[in-house]
Amino acid sequence: MIPSADYLRILPELILVVAGVLVMLIEPVLDEHNDRRSIFLLAFAGTILAIAATVYQALDKGAQGLGWFGMVRVDSFSICFHLIVGFVAAMVILASFEYLKAQNIRAGEYYGLILLGSVGMMLMSSAVELVLIFIALEISSISTYVLAGFRRRALGSVEASIKYFLLGSFATAFFLYGVALTYGATGSTSIYPIAAVLRNGATPLAFAGMALMFVGLGFKIASAPFHVWTPDVYEGAPAPIVALMSTAPKAATFAVLLRILFAASEPGWFWIVWVSAVLSMTIGNLGALVQNNVKRMLAYSSIAHAGYLLVAFAAAKDIGISAAIFYAASYAVMNVGAFIVISHVAGHGERFVNIEDYSGLGRRAPTLAAILAVFLLSLIGIPITGGFFAKFYVFSAALQSNLVGLTIIGVINSAIAAYYYLRVIVYMYMREPRTETPMVPLPMTVGFSLAAGVVATLYLGVLPNRVLEYALAGARALVK
Amino acid sequence: MNTLNTWILTLVTFIPLFGAVLLFFFPRRDRDIRVFAFVISLLTFVLSLHLPVHFARGAAGFQFEMDVPWISTPNIHYHLGIDGVSMWLVVLTTFLTPLCVLISWHSVHDRVKEFFVLMLLLETAMIGVFVALDLFLFYFFWEGTLVPMALLIGIYGHERRVYAAVKFFLYTMVASVFMLAAILWLYAHVGSFQFGDVQAWLRGPGASEAAGAMKWLFLGFFVAFAVKVPIFPLHTWLPDAHVEAPTAGSVLLAGVLLKMGTYGLFRFNVGLFPEESRHNAPWIVALAIIGIIYGALVAMVQPNLKKLIAYSSVSHLGFVVLGIFSFTQAGMVGAVYVMLAHGVSTGALFMLAGMIHDRRHTFEISEYGGLATPMPVYSTFFLIITLASIGLPLLNGFIGEFLVLSGAFQARKLWGILAATGVIWSACYMLWLYQRVFFGKVKVEANRTLPDLDLRERLALWPMAGAAVLMGVLPLVWISAIDPAVKDALGNAAQLTMQVMGR
Repeated sequence: MIPSADYLRILPELILVVAGVLVMLIEPVLDEHNDRRSIFLLAFAGTILAIAATVYQALDKGAQGLGWFGMVRVDSFSICFHLIVGFVAAMVILASFEYLKAQNIRAGEYYGLILLGSVGMMLMSSAVELVLIFIALEISSISTYVLAGFRRRALGSVEASIKYFLLGSFATAFFLYGVALTYGATGSTSIYPIAAVLRNGATPLAFAGMALMFVGLGFKIASAPFHVWTPDVYEGAPAPIVALMSTAPKAATFAVLLRILFAASEPGWFWIVWVSAVLSMTIGNLGALVQNNVKRMLAYSSIAHAGYLLVAFAAAKDIGISAAIFYAASYAVMNVGAFIVISHVAGHGERFVNIEDYSGLGRRAPTLAAILAVFLLSLIGIPITGGFFAKFYVFSAALQSNLVGLTIIGVINSAIAAYYYLRVIVYMYMREPRTETPMVPLPMTVGFSLAAGVVATLYLGVLPNRVLEYALAGARALVK
Repeated sequence: MNTLNTWILTLVTFIPLFGAVLLFFFPRRDRDIRVFAFVISLLTFVLSLHLPVHFARGAAGFQFEMDVPWISTPNIHYHLGIDGVSMWLVVLTTFLTPLCVLISWHSVHDRVKEFFVLMLLLETAMIGVFVALDLFLFYFFWEGTLVPMALLIGIYGHERRVYAAVKFFLYTMVASVFMLAAILWLYAHVGSFQFGDVQAWLRGPGASEAAGAMKWLFLGFFVAFAVKVPIFPLHTWLPDAHVEAPTAGSVLLAGVLLKMGTYGLFRFNVGLFPEESRHNAPWIVALAIIGIIYGALVAMVQPNLKKLIAYSSVSHLGFVVLGIFSFTQAGMVGAVYVMLAHGVSTGALFMLAGMIHDRRHTFEISEYGGLATPMPVYSTFFLIITLASIGLPLLNGFIGEFLVLSGAFQARKLWGILAATGVIWSACYMLWLYQRVFFGKVKVEANRTLPDLDLRERLALWPMAGAAVLMGVLPLVWISAIDPAVKDALGNAAQLTMQVMGR
């Protein structure tokens, strides 16, 4: 008999599943012309309800704790990531309404997959059992593989989907192998029993298991040297989907990584993370310097940001973890925002994704340009934006653990990064407008989603205190 | 009154920001936007006058303090406060901004709203730099000046504006990340960003704990400030930025942004690392003297009016650095005084350059000549400011340079002698400039009918000329507040050296 409190522990996931299935079921019976709006509203309502359910979990202590035979654990940590995933999904769904119309994409499966994928991502952050983590990872990955190929008339999109699928399956196999080895070494697949065994001393087998899991997860977060798929996939996939998959699954994977490395106290990961952080930051930023396609540029930038996040991993326990959570949140907000602007500018068939297409955007569409500028400045890490504070917090955590070398590499990298983000701003404000690029007025749904992004970015930059405290609580819940 | 005293710095800092936000939602009626921006900046100036009026002169330490916890982990406070040095820099900022609005009245006619929004944002950030007493908050404002200034240059500047804006941004950005690293290192060890806490730690337990890192910390701060000042080999962004910037941008750049660098050297390098500062003084002074002479010599051969003024800034700022690192009372007070005087006189020179550019659309000196005939009022203002800039007694430039030089002589004769040549050079290039532009016959036909200054332009120049004279005649008004602050900084330095020597 399953206690009813257990259902509360997966309430957000349940809501999303119901919404996702409903969206898929309703689509065929609806009229061809009217279906878009009602399906959109249903999907959006689903994400909002899921967020509300997460907030309920945060407020009601009875909904927190272990459940489902010790497979799911709801705590401040999982709630942080649930909110990130929910927020991203809601923003992306809002921004997709007009996009689907412009690209002529069928809405049912699209929203359905976003909702079901979000289920996987949310479950990743609350699962404390390796097999459930694996299943959640697969739910989220398979949805994103399909979503990447949704512009099916475009060759690049199909290429992106297949590439992502092949390499992704390969990476998942690594992860599964790591799970198997960990099971062999500790006799359990559950995080807390594993931790109990590993605390008494780790065997080489456990180390190998950890390393293999890191390879699998490193692929999902696009950290170097497992990043090669990123630019091609981001270039080909539909822009709102890139907004989703560059943030939400990444945040969820970081949650998994944090659980595996810290809660299960796996051994010997420090230098692996250190090297991966340095490589990601450097390769990401240097790669982004030479890109002319804005989507590709942001793909490289996302590799670099994964590197900054890994810096937080290498730092001291609770401050490092809370820095990672905060970074994941502010990165999600600003990157989703930037990609939504890109998807709006790209127009029919995503033809306008080169940096030249942004020439004089400040004159043609002042509001849109100002919004993109806010997100870009946040990605650089300029004050009053969330990005500034996130970087500051990560590096300060690293220095408190005496990682001077890593911090200096990171700080130099963030100075390099300023150049390519700034380049877009220079094109927007300091070049003459190009007449070839048409300018569609900002639809209300996109405007609303962007406004939410800007407000969140500025909120995280000016009044980060509450979020930080909650992240710290999450970090403490994790290492307890 | 007490409430006002606590809140005054917050008010002065954030009223421009508030105005900028309001302005952002304004309808695009250019005239109203200009008037509104002017009113807001004037209001800020009037409020900032509260500071010198109620400032307790002769008292050391910070006044008008406000200290509220802002973020709990990491431990960041919203801590504002001023001493005599930062007070006058705040007033200088609020004084220059309304005048900048005035001179941009007609010269900016495209995207007017964005221009004034950026300018007000910049004002908030600049004031914030001078009043912040929490290292995080300081860095916050410091970086905050970067974007509005880069955009002002890049959008409203002249032909090579994009190049200049990007160069300006990258130079400052790259240099300031080293300061960020140093700040973070300090926080990791002190557990606080508060200026007072960090200072106390560095003098107490930190002196031995951070002995090895001290040099790097000093350099981390120094690089960030040296680029901003700019100190000699790092100055190459300055001429580009100045020449390409719109007039108001140049005025604020020369008048305030460069002072942020020297203020940082004074407050943080000398204030936090007195021993390292003394230790490194010889080579820093050498660079400063090179800057004085090199800047002046390069200024002399410039065919471009604005570039000439830009290089003269390099030379003047060299005096400031020399004064600070001479570690004498006179030198440091002089350095602060040169900062203020340079803000007024070079700001005015850029205004004058902008006015002539509005009429003839060129900065080439060879395009002018004999302007005294068609534009007598303009030439009079230019003469007053020129004389102020070269340090004629009874005008503002003289006091500061005199004090710096006397400090330099006290510290080491050779420094004084070399730096004193700078005064001669500056007379050479400025007077020669004046002669080429204003005297002789009118060479270019277009210059014969140039209209003289109108009411708005005179309104912008009168306060500048007035300030130049006032600062030359009544220097004690300023110095009486600066003196204790400098004594404080110097006392720390002297005390520490004594300790070290005694040990």
